Amino acid sequence: MTKESFQILAPCGMLGYGFPKASFLQGMAHKPDAIVVDAGSTDAGPHKLGAGTAIVSKQACKKDLEIILTEGVRAKIPVLIGSAGGSGARVHVEWTRDIVMEIVREQGIRGVRVALIWADIPPEIVEASLAAGRCEPLGLAVPTLTPARLAATNRIVAQMGHEPIVEALAAGADIVICGRAYDPSPFAAPAIYRGFDAALAYHLGKILECAALSAEPGTTKDCMLGTLKRDSFIVQPLNAARRCTSVSVAAHTFYEKDHPYILHGPGLVLNLAECTFAERGDGSVEVRGSRIERTAVYKVKLEGAMHAAYRTFVVAGVRDPLLISRIEEVERLVEQQVREYYAEIPPEDYRIHFINYGLNGVMGELEPNRAPAHELGIVFEVVAKTQELANGICGTVRSTFLHFGYEGRKATAGNLAFPFAPSDVPFGAVYEFSVYHLMEVDDGLSLFPITYEEVQP
Amino acid sequence: MRLYEAASVLRSKNSGPFEITIDVLFDDPAIYYKIKDEGLIDRPLVSRLYGIPEAHITHLVFFDPALGFKITFARQVSSGAFLDRDVYGAQQHAPLLELELNL
Repeated sequence: MTKESFQILAPCGMLGYGFPKASFLQGMAHKPDAIVVDAGSTDAGPHKLGAGTAIVSKQACKKDLEIILTEGVRAKIPVLIGSAGGSGARVHVEWTRDIVMEIVREQGIRGVRVALIWADIPPEIVEASLAAGRCEPLGLAVPTLTPARLAATNRIVAQMGHEPIVEALAAGADIVICGRAYDPSPFAAPAIYRGFDAALAYHLGKILECAALSAEPGTTKDCMLGTLKRDSFIVQPLNAARRCTSVSVAAHTFYEKDHPYILHGPGLVLNLAECTFAERGDGSVEVRGSRIERTAVYKVKLEGAMHAAYRTFVVAGVRDPLLISRIEEVERLVEQQVREYYAEIPPEDYRIHFINYGLNGVMGELEPNRAPAHELGIVFEVVAKTQELANGICGTVRSTFLHFGYEGRKATAGNLAFPFAPSDVPFGAVYEFSVYHLMEVDDGLSLFPITYEEVQP
Repeated sequence: MRLYEAASVLRSKNSGPFEITIDVLFDDPAIYYKIKDEGLIDRPLVSRLYGIPEAHITHLVFFDPALGFKITFARQVSSGAFLDRDVYGAQQHAPLLELELNL
């Protein structure tokens, strides 16, 4: 059976962000062939991957999934979740699986096959690839992955392409929970599985993974419908308050990408330079001309996060113009005095950092405007080997700064306005991305094992 | 005219944890093509505005169908690591926003 079109319903840009149920039901009225939702991002930093925590609350994830799963199962169409739990590591896939199974039980859903596609990469594989020269940092700013940093890395995931997802669909999966995936892959996979063009499927996936963000007004919290045809695809919002324009859809590939029309994915490069974007007069846009090249060597993107330190921080304000005029000098002297006081502690065991809002708090060294405001918000932090050490040193930074007798001082009672008591906030673990590499692999399947769980009829 | 008066969208965001990318999109094709064709935005200008070496700028690309251009440069500190100031990279666009252009 060959279909002439394949429709994908994208409920929202991030599972757990929510969407109007009316838009979703409007989408279901089009009788889509699959429901696909992205659940992951590295935007919020390395903490989720490092600590194994989710990006949204369980309550928010479950609220969205209840609607998606019950409607998807009733319509007998596959439901696919990309980059489960925010970072797509084992702990995140299991977290999502538990929510799915809870809904299955509560809603009395029977007779479905759930596929779990794992994206965790054992450090030994990365180590061997590094040694073989088959693993390279992705970008100028990525630090060298030394054995020590690899050993300190808590979790490594790889972004999957469509291949393992197609395999799960071919094995009869009704619900597919993907570990870390290239964001468009879970959208492209069901269409590729049904024989549609991979270039159009990936380009459509790139747009749908943010749901209605490419409409006007754009949002990740509303639904979009994608219709793939043999030589084009159509995107249309499902809420009368939004419409797509040729520019809004063309501009979408700018979002969060380093290049506006060359997009690198697992084993592929998507080239959108020759695309045309035609408005159809009903708020939908038809896209043609997406091209894809399979790379000679299949590479996957790795992401890994390591525990770097523990942090304690303080928020304070400064209104005294005499202090504001020499704030950075005073901060240097405060750090010097603290380090002299703790001479017995190895200096590399802790680091002190001042962020001066109202001076250059947001941009730091990149800030071209160096004129301070009439008041400054100061966040100072200490990161150290242990939480106890961070707490202790931060307390000394705070008391030293509060009473520091700088040159020309008139306000001898105190330098800082604390909004809170107590002032010192133990923050917990600090993570950083230690792995952001491209690794050569033999194919797009072998790194991503699949397990199936059956819900009995 | 300042660039923010000419542009309909002017934003920054992470492109992965190790890069910042800035998008500038226009409604008016005349303004977009004037900026593009007269080379009003180039790498030395971006380098000067942000005080970063040109070698750190990985892309400066115009895309006609979207009436926009994109600038991508390497972060000094990766997203969310110690010393980072902007985890999402969403507030690094201001120097371009205030750029005065002869349009």
